[in-house]
Amino acid sequence: MVGIVSYGGYVPLFRLNRADIGKAWGGPARGGEKAVANFDEDSVTMAVAAAMDCINGIDRETIDGLYFASTTSPYREKQCAAIVAGALDLRRQIFSGDFSASLRAGTIALKAAVDAVQSGSAKKVLVTASDCRLGVPRSEFEQDFSDGAAALIIGDSDVAVTIEGSYSHTDEFMDLWRSQEDIFVKSWEDRFILMHGYGDNLREAVSGIIKKYNMTPKDFAKAVYYAPDARRHREMVRTLGFSPEQVQDPMFDRLGHTGAAFSLMMLVAALEEAKAGDKILFVSYGDGADAFILQATEQIERSRDRKGVKGHLQSKRMLPNYEKYVSNRELMVGKEAQRRPAMVSYPPVLWRDRHWVLSLHASKCRQCGRLFFPPQRVCLYCQAKDDFEEVRLSDRKGKLFNFCKDNLALSGDPPTILTQVHLDGDVRVYCQMTDRDPDEVEVGMPQEMTFRRMHEAGGYPNYFWKSRPVR
Amino acid sequence: MRADAIKDKVAIIGMGCTKFGENWDSSASDMIVDATYEAIEDAGVGLQDFEAAWVGTLWSGGTGIALAAPLKIGPIPITRVENACATGMETLRNACFGIACGLYDLVLAVAFEKLKDTGFAGLPDAGAHPVYGIGATAPGRWALAATRYFHNYNISPEDGKRALAKIAVKNHHNGSLSPKAHFQREITLEQALDAPIIAWPLGLFDCCPTTDGAAAAVICRADMAKSFRDDYVLVKGFGLAMGPGWGKENFDYDYSYLPETKQAGALAYEQVGIKEPRKEISLACLHDCFTIAELMEYEAMNFSPIGKAVEDVDAGTFTLEGELPVNTDGGLKSYGHPIGATGLRMCYELYKQLQGNAQLPARQLKNPKMGLALAQGGHPGMLMPIVTILGARD
Repeated sequence: MVGIVSYGGYVPLFRLNRADIGKAWGGPARGGEKAVANFDEDSVTMAVAAAMDCINGIDRETIDGLYFASTTSPYREKQCAAIVAGALDLRRQIFSGDFSASLRAGTIALKAAVDAVQSGSAKKVLVTASDCRLGVPRSEFEQDFSDGAAALIIGDSDVAVTIEGSYSHTDEFMDLWRSQEDIFVKSWEDRFILMHGYGDNLREAVSGIIKKYNMTPKDFAKAVYYAPDARRHREMVRTLGFSPEQVQDPMFDRLGHTGAAFSLMMLVAALEEAKAGDKILFVSYGDGADAFILQATEQIERSRDRKGVKGHLQSKRMLPNYEKYVSNRELMVGKEAQRRPAMVSYPPVLWRDRHWVLSLHASKCRQCGRLFFPPQRVCLYCQAKDDFEEVRLSDRKGKLFNFCKDNLALSGDPPTILTQVHLDGDVRVYCQMTDRDPDEVEVGMPQEMTFRRMHEAGGYPNYFWKSRPVR
Repeated sequence: MRADAIKDKVAIIGMGCTKFGENWDSSASDMIVDATYEAIEDAGVGLQDFEAAWVGTLWSGGTGIALAAPLKIGPIPITRVENACATGMETLRNACFGIACGLYDLVLAVAFEKLKDTGFAGLPDAGAHPVYGIGATAPGRWALAATRYFHNYNISPEDGKRALAKIAVKNHHNGSLSPKAHFQREITLEQALDAPIIAWPLGLFDCCPTTDGAAAAVICRADMAKSFRDDYVLVKGFGLAMGPGWGKENFDYDYSYLPETKQAGALAYEQVGIKEPRKEISLACLHDCFTIAELMEYEAMNFSPIGKAVEDVDAGTFTLEGELPVNTDGGLKSYGHPIGATGLRMCYELYKQLQGNAQLPARQLKNPKMGLALAQGGHPGMLMPIVTILGARD
């Protein structure tokens, strides 16, 4: 039986109080807060974070494919799934693909993964969905849109949630769009798009799948369905014939609308609470709709150690004000634009060093057993030459050995915390620390590694690993 | 190593140094001309007398042409050398080898750097990896040492910063007595402690400035020196020590000490026969690119016992009036740090002090016999230190 083998989620550490947006623009604010990616995060880094959460404890060699779904790929041309696969340290012989352009991209990727496993072309496919959309300043979208990611491993053995059925339809409809040049999401009048876009499509998908599989709303323990905002989510409950207790909380008050990742993040939140035997109706929307019937198995208990959506939501820091949000999401240029560009990048170097830049490998000397990062041909400790194996450090935890707080270094979030982290296995990693309060940094604090965007030299994002306080 | 190969074989008979500072109206070539002409006039030689020359710079020029072109000398053998912040001292060291091996009688060593044309406070990122080490600056790398030095010796950040501030106050005081220094004003302890943070725990006054400057030395065989002047200065020894430079990544390196620098000192002491540097050295120019560097160098040079440098700072050991004056001209902190020129500028101060010719009598030490200079490239975990010991003639 094909289904979900493992799930994971990611919500960035920082939250913006929506009242701060209202205050900045002198207008009304929707309640609650929204998750905001840090200055060094984008849809690729968040996909890696969710996938790291999902793949925990699963042999990477068993993964046959990787999908990346997002409407905010940092590239128009170039595959992000390949970057995510590198950061995850997956083997080379996988197939990979980016799913883009639609709010439904996450479930389209999910459907493709299910079909691949069902057809027998893959045993396990890792699906990531991640988004980082911008609502134009002063708009309701600015208050609604937030950042986050989800990941699912679809497979045919040790399945935690079986996929019992699916239904899809496609609808050409102009509700939300970004042309090649647009940074901010555009939309047509809300009364039209809510009635004939979201409303018509969602109802059609729910009635379609229920009819296809001869079920009734009462058969489901949980209904997980997309909505553009909290009010429309509430209104849809009645229309669909579910009782409020059956409905998965869409988390608008503490997460926000995470674009193509949103439906899958709601699903992950639902799975975190699901019990064996629970049937779940799962519906996403965007240029049509996808619906799935899922059922939790006894294996669901295996994934309980995931940080997931719930765990990441609990681990948070508030942005001090709207200006910090503006700076993190680069809605305005900051002081760094006044200085001459200092960074350089060379694709041949990044390619040569991909094993440690992307996959965070250290060398482990076969003679003395010591680890060294970055990997070295000649062992620093015993001088053995070309006698080492590579070991992955990205999933090790450690402690802060040393740090400084540098205001001179070019950064979107000064001061730069330059660190040496001692990871499990006695290996030192020299890197920056992110997601931190500079006043709380001290020698000995627990650290873990996180994949981040360092800078844009060369005209492309340069990714590498940083440390962060354990979340 | 043949420990007696250098000692008393080479003499410095003339030196020059430009005003250090933001020399907006001087090019690198202008500064080379100014420093060289001061040195040859001091030595009483002509440009055409040199049989060979060495020139040092990190970024401000390439090849021996950088020296020959502005001075209009040659064709003679000219070698460009580079060893990061120790470049100026490496220039002198290699020139001395040319004399000591017997190939030449009279050579010129010039070192220079033009930093202020870059339009950037701090140093450019040259040849950096696209992502590894990004965000590491010179103050940041030395701040790492301060963090661990304080941590290892159980010094609170407040006490540690106070000790560093005392070094800054001392070097600013000495700089106020140096007409060619970049900064010539005193600062208070409070100013140093309250200054903006550059790379915590280092504040503004813990950091040397970016500076333009050049220095030059005329050197000859020691047995010829008397024919040029009576108060020549003798080269006693050099120590250069480099390691693999992976200390930042070495799990066992704890940042509380400077192993390469200690070794560079030990090599120089062996050549000169110095057993108790704190007693035998009259004055020292240490590499205070950051105050924490000077603090740790007291220990690396064996002036202070390991972990006790703060006590010596508190006791005033290294002030002009102290037991072993350090950075009598203001050091990098006040004199400034034109990367390539610094090592030779240090030797300029030793040379003048050993001759009794310090520019202002207020900082002339009484009868110094032996001077040590440490120019140190890199940062803790990856150091390129050179120690030069000069002595007054008997």
